[in-house]
Amino acid sequence: MKNNLFSYNLVDTPIHRLSGLTKLIAFLLLTFAVMFSYDIRVIICVMIFSFYILKVSQIKFSQIKLMVIYVGLFLITNTIITYLFSPEEGVGIYGTRHEIVHLIGRYSLTMEQIFYQTTKFLKYASVIPLGIIFLLTTNPSEFASSLNRVGVNYKAAYAVALTLRYFPDIQREYVDISLAQQARGLDLSSKAKLKDRFKNALLIIVPLIFSTMDRIELISNAMDLRGFGKCKTRTWYNSKSMNKGDFIAIGISILIFIGTILVSIFINKSRFYNPFI
Amino acid sequence: MNNQPIIEFSDFTFQYYSQSEPTLHNINLKIYPGEKILIVGPSGSGKSTLGHCLNGLIPFSYKGDISGSLKIDGLETKELDIFKLSKSIGTVLQDSDGQFVGLTVGEDIAFSLENDNVKNSIMRERVEEVSRMVDMNNFLTSSPYDLSGGQKQRTALAGVMIDDVDVLLFDEPLANLDPSTGKKAIEIIDSIHKESKKTIIIIEHRLEDVLHQDIDRVILINDGRILADMNPHELVSSSVLVDNGIREPLYITALKYAGVKVNEKMMPGYIWSLKIEDKDNKILNWHKSIKEEKIILESNSFLRVEDISFSYTSKRKVLEEISFDIKEGEMVSIVGKNGAGKSTLSKIICGFEKQSKGNIYYKNNNIKDMTIKERAEIIGFVMQNPNQMISENMIYDEIALGLRLRNINEDEIKEKVDKVLKICGLSPFVDWPISALSYGQKKRVTIATILALDPKIIILDEPTAGQDYKHYSEIMEFLKEINSLGITVIFITHDMHLMLEYTKRAIVLSDGKIIADDKPSVILTDKNIIDNANLKETSLFNLAQIVGIEDETKFVQGFIDYERSVGFLNEK
Amino acid sequence: MNKYFKVTTKTIVATGLGAAIFMLLFMYVKIPSPIPETSFQTAYGISAFFATIYGPIAGGLIGFIGHGLSDALQYGSPWWSWVIASGLSSFIFGFAYKNTGVEDGEFKGQDIVKFNIIQVIGNIIAWMIVAPVLDIVIYAEPVKLVFAQGGIAVIMNSISAGVIGTFFLIAYSATRTKKGSISKK
Repeated sequence: MKNNLFSYNLVDTPIHRLSGLTKLIAFLLLTFAVMFSYDIRVIICVMIFSFYILKVSQIKFSQIKLMVIYVGLFLITNTIITYLFSPEEGVGIYGTRHEIVHLIGRYSLTMEQIFYQTTKFLKYASVIPLGIIFLLTTNPSEFASSLNRVGVNYKAAYAVALTLRYFPDIQREYVDISLAQQARGLDLSSKAKLKDRFKNALLIIVPLIFSTMDRIELISNAMDLRGFGKCKTRTWYNSKSMNKGDFIAIGISILIFIGTILVSIFINKSRFYNPFI
Repeated sequence: MNNQPIIEFSDFTFQYYSQSEPTLHNINLKIYPGEKILIVGPSGSGKSTLGHCLNGLIPFSYKGDISGSLKIDGLETKELDIFKLSKSIGTVLQDSDGQFVGLTVGEDIAFSLENDNVKNSIMRERVEEVSRMVDMNNFLTSSPYDLSGGQKQRTALAGVMIDDVDVLLFDEPLANLDPSTGKKAIEIIDSIHKESKKTIIIIEHRLEDVLHQDIDRVILINDGRILADMNPHELVSSSVLVDNGIREPLYITALKYAGVKVNEKMMPGYIWSLKIEDKDNKILNWHKSIKEEKIILESNSFLRVEDISFSYTSKRKVLEEISFDIKEGEMVSIVGKNGAGKSTLSKIICGFEKQSKGNIYYKNNNIKDMTIKERAEIIGFVMQNPNQMISENMIYDEIALGLRLRNINEDEIKEKVDKVLKICGLSPFVDWPISALSYGQKKRVTIATILALDPKIIILDEPTAGQDYKHYSEIMEFLKEINSLGITVIFITHDMHLMLEYTKRAIVLSDGKIIADDKPSVILTDKNIIDNANLKETSLFNLAQIVGIEDETKFVQGFIDYERSVGFLNEK
Repeated sequence: MNKYFKVTTKTIVATGLGAAIFMLLFMYVKIPSPIPETSFQTAYGISAFFATIYGPIAGGLIGFIGHGLSDALQYGSPWWSWVIASGLSSFIFGFAYKNTGVEDGEFKGQDIVKFNIIQVIGNIIAWMIVAPVLDIVIYAEPVKLVFAQGGIAVIMNSISAGVIGTFFLIAYSATRTKKGSISKK
């Protein structure tokens, strides 16, 4: 059973050396940049940049294999249903219509639709490496302090730290309970009917929830006894101080973010880059 | 200096809002700076409530009516809040997993400083310094999942000492530790007491284990009242322990069996201070008079484990070539320190995990291909925490659940459930919601749910964890009755009393291998096994040495045989 | 209004552990529905339950953190519009906090109706309005698609929150029964 939520591993790379705060800021700026922009040129630039950083951080494919599969499935499904629901979306956005081939009924393939969906595909795909870099190079201990330093209330930030701390415990407990219930005859296979599945899920969740509620009381007592929440702010043992590298990284991220916006405002005059006019 | 108490209860009474009676009545107690106090009492005696009053959880988290006064450092606690109190009294809670909120040791120790907005650089220095005091300075970046129970507790201790509190309050520090780690914990508390001169208050019902080191005074609480306030010698010489359901040290029980009248002059408070003087003959004679109990259990193989190996990853083996044979009707303990492979072994037997090698036979039939559900009809598994097994609201439904999931008709279910309710002594509670039951009763319910499936073998994981003597005896006597109905019982435990008093055989695991399979009296007098399994020697062994009996094992076995034949049953 | 937004240490701990359970269920305990590619997320039953017991702040954060971390773990990055909608729906569930008799051991007829009305309103606002609008604003997804998805989400999540949330509230209220009210047979 996995003990740590994210397979964070300490390798000494320039990315790992950055403070969690820097990585959080960079992650937010870059993802918002690609989320905002529908300019395929900008998206490809950010994508190449993020793959480069992925390489610098020495993240191995085995670490992210599962995520890549999930993301792949998601992107393919999204592409298909987008087309099914809105085959003329591209035409609507770019204002022209270059039909390649008529398929059936209201479905035909247009240059505009292909361009729109390719842009969208790449846009989503380019966010993923950024998230992966952030998750796998940031020490979970630094996560809460980084959230707090970008302005999240420290209590909310600490709730995130608690989630990271207790998720493995709860996962282990869930497995134990589910085994004990299976021994009593609970059928967890897909053979059961829909109604039974709800019921069976409940039979496992009930003990989990009630024992967790006892735990909540205990942990909050322990935290009260050590002065949690007595001041308006708190400091963090694991927050790294900012170095030159951090300021450079934040600087680059800000430049990319502003660049993206400027491209939209002055060159494309919209979120979309339109090659058809 | 010393005549000004640091803690002073006067006519202190407390009543929870949700209860109709006060939990603490008229408490008068003075504790002086630098004292080391043990507070004992059975479950529900009010000793934990007393602790909550000290650290401020009452009235901060638990509301109720307070009358009388409680002064700490001369200040009335009613006028202090929990945050101010936590600067003078540091509490180490029983559940160190719950107290360990940080993702790493360093963070957790620093928690209180973080809340005080202490600067990062100062924090690091302080953490380094305090972690050194509890010997955790090499683990600052370890996460709680990689630590043992003892290490987690030491982290918790460092986490309260970082505030430089005057008083350290330990709430049942031994509850979740194995015997050897518990012994070490008591030693660490002692060395901190000696070095820092802090006032120490230990709340615990395991008297003998705490009395491994010096204690200035023992306060005995029951029914919310202080019944005794004495030094350990006086306490164990009196009858107040037995009267209030606290287990007296085993060597004291042995002395009493031998007809020795224990008095203060013998310095009987600690085994290491005990002076037998001229009474060794009495003990020797008693020892010789005990008839050896014959073990006649030689029935056929019932549950046979053959060459079981298991590993999660290819690198480290969790179990290596485990073999043993349990006979029908036996009561057996499986012991070993955390991580020795005890739980994995029981999971494999129940079919929760699949062994990488080896076979398990039930009545000489290989059960390899049986599913979890099928095995459950032969082997029942009772988890340590009953709250993790209960998913229905009413007792009847809970017990019927396993039968209903097997599509048995309701008439037959009713018959079976009624029978099990009767066996488990739960019939009077049948209309109660489970939430209204005590912990021990809930435990019974979970055992009942397993019994309803009519298994031939029951495996119980730490059935008595965290139970006081009275509840321990109740649960164990109940299991003995179940056993006498012909059900084979296997305990996974590190409770030495359980092993010694209720099982005739113990299988000891260490690093995934069986290192002993013998009578508990043999195991608990073998230094090698004791060290490898994180057990500790019983004080009966020390007593045998004091008296000069060479065969200590025989002495321990004699004690058990004697207890089984007379004393033990009469006490009930 | 103040009663809804009081944050104690317990609120924070309930949020942290609640979000951990939310994550676990969100990733592993989904019940497939008859409509392909969709499922009943048992997690919303839990956020509805926790929101009713610990208030809207806990509820909202549980949905937000739980969904956000699950996405991060599975896809590498959160799908913000839905993460926000999860947080918002669970926040709205929290208006059932202190509005029912669940803490006093009474969760019957009227309370069940009240809880379910709140829960359905929360789901409609979050999934029929906020999620689709954010999908359009942030990701420029096709309008028809996002509203169709939103509609399905409302139904599914209302069923999960309704069935599982109600069940848990009844079970929890039963544990709050006063001891004096029961007797041996």
